[in-house]
Amino acid sequence: MVINRSTLRTPAALASAACLALLATACTGTGDGGGDDGSAAGKDVTITFWHGWSQDNEVKAINDNVAAFEKLHPNIHVKVVGNIADDKSEQALRAGGPDAPDVVSSFTTDNVGKFCASNVWTDLGPLLKKDGIDPAATFPAAMLQYTQFKGDQCSLPLLGDAYGLYYNRTAFAAAGITAPPKTFSEFEADAAKLTVPDGDSYKQLGFMPNYHGYETAIAHYLGQYGSTYFGADGRSNVATDPTVAAALTWQKSLVDKLGGFDRLEKYRTGFGDEFSAKNPFTTGQVAMALDGEWRTASLAEDKPAFEWATAPFPVPDDQAANYGRGYQTGTIVGIAKGSRKQTAAWELVKYLTTDTDAVVSFANAIHNVPSTLAALSSPKLDADANFRTFLDIAKNPHSATTPASINGGAYQVSLQNLSYEVEAGRQTDLGAGLTATAKEIDAAVDQAK
Amino acid sequence: MALQLPTPPALRRKRRREAVRTAAFLSPWLIGFGVFFAYPLLSTVYFSFMRYDGFTAPTFAGLKNWDYVFNHYPFFWTGLGNTLWLVAVMVTLRVAFGLGIGLLITKVKTGAGFFRTAFYLPYLAPPVAATMAFAFLLNPGTGPVNHLLGKLGLPQPGWFTDPSWSKPALTLLALWGIGDLMVIFMAALLDVPREQYEAAELDGASPWQRFRYVTLPNISPIVQFAVVTGVIQTMQYYTQAIVAGKVASGVIGGSGQQFEPGYPHGSTWTLPQMVYSLGFQRFDTGSACVVAVILFAISMAFTSVLLRRGAGLVGED
Repeated sequence: MVINRSTLRTPAALASAACLALLATACTGTGDGGGDDGSAAGKDVTITFWHGWSQDNEVKAINDNVAAFEKLHPNIHVKVVGNIADDKSEQALRAGGPDAPDVVSSFTTDNVGKFCASNVWTDLGPLLKKDGIDPAATFPAAMLQYTQFKGDQCSLPLLGDAYGLYYNRTAFAAAGITAPPKTFSEFEADAAKLTVPDGDSYKQLGFMPNYHGYETAIAHYLGQYGSTYFGADGRSNVATDPTVAAALTWQKSLVDKLGGFDRLEKYRTGFGDEFSAKNPFTTGQVAMALDGEWRTASLAEDKPAFEWATAPFPVPDDQAANYGRGYQTGTIVGIAKGSRKQTAAWELVKYLTTDTDAVVSFANAIHNVPSTLAALSSPKLDADANFRTFLDIAKNPHSATTPASINGGAYQVSLQNLSYEVEAGRQTDLGAGLTATAKEIDAAVDQAK
Repeated sequence: MALQLPTPPALRRKRRREAVRTAAFLSPWLIGFGVFFAYPLLSTVYFSFMRYDGFTAPTFAGLKNWDYVFNHYPFFWTGLGNTLWLVAVMVTLRVAFGLGIGLLITKVKTGAGFFRTAFYLPYLAPPVAATMAFAFLLNPGTGPVNHLLGKLGLPQPGWFTDPSWSKPALTLLALWGIGDLMVIFMAALLDVPREQYEAAELDGASPWQRFRYVTLPNISPIVQFAVVTGVIQTMQYYTQAIVAGKVASGVIGGSGQQFEPGYPHGSTWTLPQMVYSLGFQRFDTGSACVVAVILFAISMAFTSVLLRRGAGLVGED
């Protein structure tokens, strides 16, 4: 049989029509869900809560919290689904429908801007107000900052992470250092004293300043400066905020002082995994580290062969009054805009994020920093002196974070890329580099609008 | 001009019935083609002209996404350059190496089974595991390869941590997993008629002349197949590049510490990684689709040229 054009015209037309119909609909599942679901009046409601925790102790802790919530609200039943990666929950929120989660948590704060701006997550501001909860009096300032975007409080903090200094007390004593450094100049001097060269490598490095040295990212250093990244007009201010240039310059000078980029980079490649007993601070390869509160639990478990302690990470000399601050981030939780069980979902979110006992018990179970001011001061917290350092950093009003942006962490990538160029000596004109980076960030933000 | 007579109704009905029958027979393929090829392709082109963040309804953006990718997205040209480097170098070396190994193994008198197995096995290793193993072996600080090079007094490259060595290191990884090409080249080489070699030998042809004028023309369709599929696969190169970058950088990624594909210094940044990064990390589906369309266009262009040029090499039956 000969197949000619006219023979294929009908199926081709049908296929084209189907494609066009699908394209025109361009499936977007997000939409307004229901308001009152009847749960307030005692109606039985089942909500779905997706989270990313996967370790046994973490899953038990969140399940215990949910069980306590269900006891308080017998008519609200929570179906908990754990070990959900962000990509998967985003896909579910896109698709919407009855199987999509009502309450979602995420380990990254980077997507808050997108979730708020595109109305994927419900603005919790009116709900907080309705229940008489003052966010500023309830949550630490930095945590409040990374959970909202342009006034839309579409998420709330569900435990947090604070960054501080870990130092090897045994090495400090051997080098004749009696107290942890408080300013960058003290820190540089201590790092140099603690560094023991070994040929073209090190027997012990005082501190690994390179941006790939695990937690020593530019954003974490900038937490010590209180850099804001964006101006009031929403444009990047990395070229005009003098703290950004100061941080890049300071890090580069420290790199040069401790042996130079190439030598440090080669030493870095010999480090074990960050989240293992082979972490370079645990093994004694570095005598000081910038790290989060979770390391206290790891060190207690790994029992390194030296004494260690924690302190706030030093601050620039001209900001000595702000000593005690640090970078902060954490887990966030929100309500899917498409959820038809908003009232019940809000009750769960409110309980998980604002009930002091719930926040404290969860923090105790997974060794994270509590995310409310009341919980940070709770006597029920299991906190030794080393962990208390991080509670104080979280409470410090000068602690800083990376703000939410409409295109996720793209602005951080741009700044990171510049930081790599500067530390390696490939970009020596810092002003030009910062101007180009600001332009790049603004172009990306414009593209996302 | 000839006069066209109207088609009788009976003939028209017959043709229509034939058309329906044809469509019915073709429908499984048509549905598959439509759902898995035509629709995704049309969608990609459509979304490349739309502002679409994956959450809210798409709106028409004209050429804005194209302008952004070409003129304002600083990583595009780096990614394009890296991808083309890999296509030019990795595909060429893989084809040459696969053919060379195939030739050697077909000539081996004893232990051919062992060598076939030894060269084929690495191909079976999952890409993520293989890349992590290579990152460990080539670690400049603790890896055995640099340790050995040092003992021999040879330079010790930074491999996956050095921008000038990262792509060659990925190429080494690709050559290690040459088993797929080795097998098809071996099959092709064993299929070359022996009498042609005998005739060439009688005519006094050297080994190189026998390869050039007997072997190569006979296996040219296979070479062409290897090059075309190699180009398409390399245009989609993602897993090994992102795993090597992630392992070597040591960055887990998270708030304040973004994992940047392409470590070190953007040297392993490829177009498929860009599609992921733009679409799923920056929520810019439109720009991700622009890159996907460019990938498709380049792949089609390469394939068309290779098929045209290769057509002269393929003998007529």
